[in-house]
Amino acid sequence: MKRTIEELEDIASQVRRDIVRMVHGCQSGHPGGSLGCADFMTALYFEVMNHNPDFKMEGKGEDLFFLSNGHISPVFYSVLARSGYFDVAELATFRKLNSRVQGHPTTHEGLPGIRIASGSLGQGLSVAIGAALAKKLNKDLSHVFVLLGDGELQEGQNWEAIMFAPFNKVDNLIASVDYNGQQIDGPTEKVLSLESLQAKFEAFGWHVITSNGNDMADIVRNLEYAKSLLGKGKPVLNLMSTIMGNGVDFMMGSHKWHGVAPNDEQLALAIAQLKTTHKDY
Amino acid sequence: MRKKFPYTEKKDTRSGFGAGLLEAGKNNPEVVALCADLVGSLKMDAFIKEFPERFFQIGIAEANMIGIAAGLSISGKVPFTGTFANFSTGRVYDQIRQSVAYSDKNVKICASHAGLTLGEDGATHQILEDIGLMKMLPGMTVINTCDYNQTKAATIAIAEHHGPVYLRFGRPVIPVFTDPDQKFEIGKAWMVDEGTDVTIVATGHMVWKAIEAGEQLEALGISAEIINIHTIKPLDEEAILTSIKKTGCVVTCEEHNKFGGLGESVARLLSTELPSPQEFVAVNDSFGESGTPDQLMTKYGLDTVNIVEAAQKVIARKK
Repeated sequence: MKRTIEELEDIASQVRRDIVRMVHGCQSGHPGGSLGCADFMTALYFEVMNHNPDFKMEGKGEDLFFLSNGHISPVFYSVLARSGYFDVAELATFRKLNSRVQGHPTTHEGLPGIRIASGSLGQGLSVAIGAALAKKLNKDLSHVFVLLGDGELQEGQNWEAIMFAPFNKVDNLIASVDYNGQQIDGPTEKVLSLESLQAKFEAFGWHVITSNGNDMADIVRNLEYAKSLLGKGKPVLNLMSTIMGNGVDFMMGSHKWHGVAPNDEQLALAIAQLKTTHKDY
Repeated sequence: MRKKFPYTEKKDTRSGFGAGLLEAGKNNPEVVALCADLVGSLKMDAFIKEFPERFFQIGIAEANMIGIAAGLSISGKVPFTGTFANFSTGRVYDQIRQSVAYSDKNVKICASHAGLTLGEDGATHQILEDIGLMKMLPGMTVINTCDYNQTKAATIAIAEHHGPVYLRFGRPVIPVFTDPDQKFEIGKAWMVDEGTDVTIVATGHMVWKAIEAGEQLEALGISAEIINIHTIKPLDEEAILTSIKKTGCVVTCEEHNKFGGLGESVARLLSTELPSPQEFVAVNDSFGESGTPDQLMTKYGLDTVNIVEAAQKVIARKK
C-alpha cells in the first residue's frame, strides 16, 4: 500500500473542496454525485489503479478508467489534476469559455486523462468493454475500470453491454455503480425503480460484490478484492452504496443537490466542513 | 465522343466491402470488425474466417456496437462496424455523436442496404436521411461508393485514414465499371466523362444511371460532363466549381432524400462561390415503400429518364 487510509481520506477531503469551489465558481454543475464519489475516485487514482499522469491516449500497460455518468465531472477533474495530469489551477476554468475543463468530460479539447466524451448517459460501459477487448487482443494484462450512475442504468444500452460482457468473458473489467438512489427528478425508486441490481447483474453472469462507497477502507479493500477476481471468465460489478452530497451536511442524501450550485454563504458553510491538506487551487 | 464503360459482370457493392475488409485486415493487424447479427448481409465471412480473433459478434445491439468500437479504437485498433444503413446511423446517432465523432475516435461505420434499393423490406429498413445525418457531424468523413471495385478500394483506403468515417453502400447487383486496380483517394472526385453543356454530379448507384443518361443526352445533342462524387464530405469543391464554370449548370443525383444530401452540399457551395441553376434528382422528402429496386427507382424519380429531363430543364434555365 502506497498510502494510508488517513492519507487517502485527506486527499478526498481536498477533492471535495475542489468540487464545491468549482461548481460555485461558475454557478453551474453537479456537486451531489461528485461529492458522493469523491472517496471512490480518490481510491482509484491514488491507490488502486496503475496509471501514468504523463498521459498517452492508448494507455498501453496502464489501467484505464472511464466515467460514464459524465455530469460528475468535477470529481473526475479534481482527481486528475491532484494526481498530476494537469495543473490544479486549471480547475478554476471549469465550465467557462475557452476551457479544456468542459461541463462534461471530452477528448475534444485535449484535456489529459480523458479518453472518451460522456454526458449523454448510458454509453460508458460499452466503451469500457471495447477498451477491455483491445487489451486482450494486445496481450496487455492491465485492467479497465468504469463508473456508472444508478439512474443511468435506466438507459437500455447498458443492458446490451451487461449482456455482452459475461457472454464474451470480458474478465479484465471492473464496473462500479454509484448506488445513491437519487436522480434529478427524485429518488430512483420513485422515478423508475431499478429493483435488485445485484440479482439483475448476477442473472446476466457478472460476479457482483458490494461495498460502502463512502468508507475509504472498505472501498480500497473491495477494489483490491475485485482485482483478485479478474481473469476468471467473468467481469466484476462493484455495487457501491454512496450518499449523494457526502461530506457536506446540508447537501447529503437529497436529490436537490444533484445539479445546483451553492451560493457564497453555502460555499463558506461547505468549506468549513472540509479540511485542506493539499492547498486550494 | 463519350467514354465507353463496358462491363462484363454485375456484382453487389457490399461484396466489394467484404473483399476490401479482408484486404484491409491483411494490410493492418490493428483492423478489427464488429457486426450486429448481419454477417451475411455485410459479406464479412471472409474476414471472420481469416481473422476470427479480430471479429466481434455483437448481436442485435447497435448502440453497444458503436460504444465497443469506440473503446477498441482507444488502444489503437481500427474498428469497422457493419449493419444496415438505417441501424448504422439513425438508430445510434447519439452514440456516434458522443462516443465517436466528438471523441475523435478512429471508427469506420460501414453501412449496407442504404437507400431505396433495399427494396421489398420497405421503409423501416431503407434509409434516405443517413448522408445528411452523418455529414452534419463535425469531423465525420462521408463516402458513398458506386460499384464493387470502388467499394473495395474505398474500404482499403479508409483503414489507412485516421478519423471517423461513414462508408455507405447499397444492396443491389449492379454493373462493375470502375478500374479493379484503382487507387481510392478520399475527397478527390472522379471525372467520369467530360462535356460542355451540363454538369451531372452523381453519387453511389446513381453514377451508373448518370452514365446511361449521358449517352441518351448525347443522342439529343447535349454534351454532359459527369462527375462521380464518392466522397460527400469533404466535398471536392474545386472539381465541382471548375466543371460548372465551364457548363453553367448542374444536376445532382443521389439515392437519398433531397433534404440533407449531396445536392444540398453542392447548392451550399454554389450559393457562395458560383450561383448557378441546379436541379435535384433525389427522393422528394418521402419515406420509401416495398417493391423491387427497379420499381422503386422509377416511382421515386431516380431513373435515367429523370436525369435526362432534369438536364434539359436546367439547361433551359441558363441565362
